[in-house]
Amino acid sequence: MSIEVRIPTILRTHTGGAKTVEGSGDTLGTLIDDLNSQHSGLKGRLVTDEGVLHRFVNVYVNDEDVRFTGALDTALKDGDSVTILPAVAGGAPILPAVAGG
Amino acid sequence: MLTIDRSTYDRIVAHARRDHPDEACGVVAGPVGTDRAQRFIPMLNAARSPTFYEFDSGDLLRLYREMDDRDEEPVVIYHSHTATEAYPSRTDISYAGEPGAHYVLVSTRHEAEVEFRSFRIVDGTVSEEQVRVDNAVVPA
Repeated sequence: MSIEVRIPTILRTHTGGAKTVEGSGDTLGTLIDDLNSQHSGLKGRLVTDEGVLHRFVNVYVNDEDVRFTGALDTALKDGDSVTILPAVAGGAPILPAVAGG
Repeated sequence: MLTIDRSTYDRIVAHARRDHPDEACGVVAGPVGTDRAQRFIPMLNAARSPTFYEFDSGDLLRLYREMDDRDEEPVVIYHSHTATEAYPSRTDISYAGEPGAHYVLVSTRHEAEVEFRSFRIVDGTVSEEQVRVDNAVVPA
């Protein structure tokens, strides 16, 4: 079982600069555990202490955003490709007058 | 310092004005490693909000695939604030995931005056940088 994973620039400090790495797992969650055993610290950048995917990253299996396919429970099969991208988002500061309402 | 050509600068400002009062967002891509902001790519704000912006996740995947195919990277990531200053908010800082990019903020809060500022956001630390608008360079 081999799954190719594309690593975004900001996480390449965990992969020795590698842009793609390989791992294995039946689900996205087990794949991330496997990746973390090879590339220490990676899991903490992808999964929160509560055990869900960080909102700062988007993860895709093939072309599908895993938010719509079961998140960490998304099933994987040999030959799938996983892409991790930084979410591009943000926004204006909440004005004090608006914050309560 | 961010060096940007006049036409790209004008297109970013025009996009921000057009989408006001919602926030506008986009990227200027350039060849990997060159720091040259060459290819203007306005993006849809999937949040369609005056206080939040986000790239649609499908659009984001297509954008990065396309940049990969062209050996490009996001040199500039821009968005607008429509009622507040052109300075990264806490939300902007928490989401900033491209340490090599220039984060451009445009404020459209004043109709007559353009606020266009550029920042580096690395590990949660914001540093403002100079913006040089280059009139001579014609974008590729």
